[in-house]
Amino acid sequence: MEDERRFYTLRILRGSPGHQYMEEFLLPLKPHENVISGLMEIQRNPINAKGEKVAPVVWEQGCLEEVCGSCSMLINGKPRQACSCLVEPLIKETNSSVITLAPFTKFPLVRDLIVDRSIMFENLKKVHAWIETDGLYDKGFGPKISQEKQQVMYVLSTCMTCGCCTEACPQVNDKSKFVGPQIMAQVRLFNAHPTGKMQRDLRLRPLMEEGGIADCGNAQNCVRVCPKKLPLTDAIAGIARDVNNVVLRNLFGLPDRE
Amino acid sequence: MTDRGFDKKVVVVGGGLAGLSAAMKLADAGCLVSIVSVTKVKRSHSVCAQGGINAAINSKGENDSPIIHAYDTIKGGDFLANQPPILEMCYTAPRIIEMLDRFGCTFNRTPEGFLDFRRFGGTLYNRTAFCGASTGQQLLYSLDEQVRRFEAKGRVVKYENHEFMRLVLDENGIARGIVYMDLFNLKLDVLEADAVVIATGGPGLIFKKSTNSTFCTGAAVGRLYRQGMKYANGEFIQIHPTAIPGSDKLRLISESVRGEGGRIWVYGDSSKYIESPSGKLIPCGITGEPWYFLEEMYPAFGNLVPRDIGSREVLRVCELGLGADGGAQVYLDVTHLPEETIKKLESVLEIYRKFTGYDPTKIPMKIFPAVHYSMGGAWVDWPAADDEDRMQRFRQMTNIPGCFAAGECEYQYHGANRLGANALLACIFAGLVTGTEIPRYIAGSDTKAKNRDDSMYAEAIEAEEKIKKDLFARNGKENVHKLHDELSDILVKNVTVKRNNPDLKLTMEKIHTIEDRFKNISLDDKSRFANQTYAFANQFIYMLDLAKIITKGALLRNEFRGAHFKPEFPKRDDENWLKTTIAVYDPKTGDPSISYEKVDTRHLDPQGEKRDYTTAKKIIPKLKNIPANLERQLPL
Repeated sequence: MEDERRFYTLRILRGSPGHQYMEEFLLPLKPHENVISGLMEIQRNPINAKGEKVAPVVWEQGCLEEVCGSCSMLINGKPRQACSCLVEPLIKETNSSVITLAPFTKFPLVRDLIVDRSIMFENLKKVHAWIETDGLYDKGFGPKISQEKQQVMYVLSTCMTCGCCTEACPQVNDKSKFVGPQIMAQVRLFNAHPTGKMQRDLRLRPLMEEGGIADCGNAQNCVRVCPKKLPLTDAIAGIARDVNNVVLRNLFGLPDRE
Repeated sequence: MTDRGFDKKVVVVGGGLAGLSAAMKLADAGCLVSIVSVTKVKRSHSVCAQGGINAAINSKGENDSPIIHAYDTIKGGDFLANQPPILEMCYTAPRIIEMLDRFGCTFNRTPEGFLDFRRFGGTLYNRTAFCGASTGQQLLYSLDEQVRRFEAKGRVVKYENHEFMRLVLDENGIARGIVYMDLFNLKLDVLEADAVVIATGGPGLIFKKSTNSTFCTGAAVGRLYRQGMKYANGEFIQIHPTAIPGSDKLRLISESVRGEGGRIWVYGDSSKYIESPSGKLIPCGITGEPWYFLEEMYPAFGNLVPRDIGSREVLRVCELGLGADGGAQVYLDVTHLPEETIKKLESVLEIYRKFTGYDPTKIPMKIFPAVHYSMGGAWVDWPAADDEDRMQRFRQMTNIPGCFAAGECEYQYHGANRLGANALLACIFAGLVTGTEIPRYIAGSDTKAKNRDDSMYAEAIEAEEKIKKDLFARNGKENVHKLHDELSDILVKNVTVKRNNPDLKLTMEKIHTIEDRFKNISLDDKSRFANQTYAFANQFIYMLDLAKIITKGALLRNEFRGAHFKPEFPKRDDENWLKTTIAVYDPKTGDPSISYEKVDTRHLDPQGEKRDYTTAKKIIPKLKNIPANLERQLPL
């Protein structure tokens, strides 16, 4: 049977800033294997398709079950997590035994498939992406929350800060300061919480500046690539409404209302 | 800074639940905290915890209480754990849940808007709070958010993508800081500190195909062990009964699946017999019909027996040739559960769907046990609330003064087997405890930065530079990743569910051989930038140490207790083995030297206490000697 020794190719955009190049690796195809297993095989046997011994590819990884957000990369041009990308179905889907891997382009390149996504975490600071608390001493439970609201908040709170939405967003580019969709969903999350609501405007104000909500072009790419299926475009629409309300409140000098 | 607290500098190594709760509590207490983590803390392995976190809040009218929670935990751990820290953990648990609720953690709710609770393994009570089936992720995010709040105020500084390499010890052996490496440019540097918290998680990667994240090498703790830290109960490794087989890792299918009604079964074969817990031989179900073997053999707990028992029974059934499709796997079935229940399990069922291509709501899942958790770890101290020397000692401090440990990397809360949903609790609890003990430690000792001699920092960096130079200079034929495969293969084969002395001896020899061959590696990557091959080779030195600790501890312990099952010695032997294993690095041989310590059983005498999950009923356990001042000692 031919099936016993099948191969596929990982075609990888490698290198450091200013010195990127493509390199191919021919790898044995095993059942149920994901892209990460292929990269691990290169660590064991760092020989490229030309038969040259090369430095193994470097990439970020962690949980390998799509919950940590580490292994984001472009796979055949699409931003996604490499752990949940199974090789065989992808080969079938594309009808090609070559899979192309590349680092994200909207973040500074570190090396090979690693980019520096720190900006996303910095943005979380800017919008006060947390619940204000008085201290850590025993004060009993927080406010009651309905099952419906919990479910909405839970989904928003599964954002892994993986960067897929930012990578896919056409508005995130060299010429724009757009903070990207991820941050909108987080503002939405904390502003939905009964305690978080008290600092609502603190979170909305940074989104009223340049690079904020007004810079969204409504391309809707973000919602299509989110591995956690966050309702990103709904969140953006919600933030746009909330921002308008802040503008109105500021205009009439009214205190924050429910 | 004028803030008087800022003369207290603390380094927290690791940014999972334990590290972040320590950092948060320390920052709240006025310390300046530096967090050193190999990854963005938000990506730490705690995100993988699925099912929930235990707290006897008793909101379901079951008369649950912290005492019963403590009793379940002590019994679940087969009486090996020291009891005072467990008691305080269980008393603090409800307050921890309340705190997290105030932080906005997305706990599931009842129709009235209160927190909901589910049932988990090793208990008869609904005391597990949960966020869908990604509770660890949600708890970690809540703590990450609070730590970010302190970061924005300048009270926490993060060193992410940096790895802890060693402690800086002064001439008296007191921790005065750490050496760390930037994982991008490989540069070594020091952080001065008045105290250090190690919260670096477990060593699952030693077994490679475990449920752990790829960060979980155990290297940090191995490095400390080389510097004289005691490592306790290393041989107790938890094998989780239900994981999806895979080639890069084994993905966990949470115990909550069974907590919500999932059932484990294989097709029965009445011509085969199995020994039931009572010692009777019973037929293996009815031929051709689903045989719910856990429910039949453990009627009281059913599918929710503790994990060590679940894993052994799954293995036993497969060894009889009853595994699904004749292989090493059994069915975990949720196809009968109502949609409402399925919803609560969605994130874990989605993992199964994504990685196998099958829909678990239509076809029963196929699962097999996998290495999951280390009960053993850094030895840490625990003066009980009413001990005379309570205020002279420091909770969660290792035997190295000024170096504390919290979370899976330490040994304190789970004995010989951990109960599901107690890990998240133990991590947060221990982290908070370090946050209360360390300010007292710093205030009471002469640890002021001024008295320090700079040369000890330079020497510590020099020692690490030497290791780095040596690894880069190696020029043999071996590949460190292949050696890792060999190490994990033999450990999975011989040091997991079933252990026997000839195989354990062989494993020790094999580890020594791998250690020798490791001298002949060469790094396939010689770059000085983001070199993961080098970083891993450096970790591998210490993974070998931990492998030896685990294997030697298992070899010496001739009894059956919790996760440590040796068919040659099929009984728990309290007379000879009710004791904590302590491993210390012996620089002469490079091997662990093993000694034992008495277990503190002041609240519940194990004598006459059976670990019964077949007929046990809800009881109000009697725990003795509960300190009158317990409440005042809790960290919240």
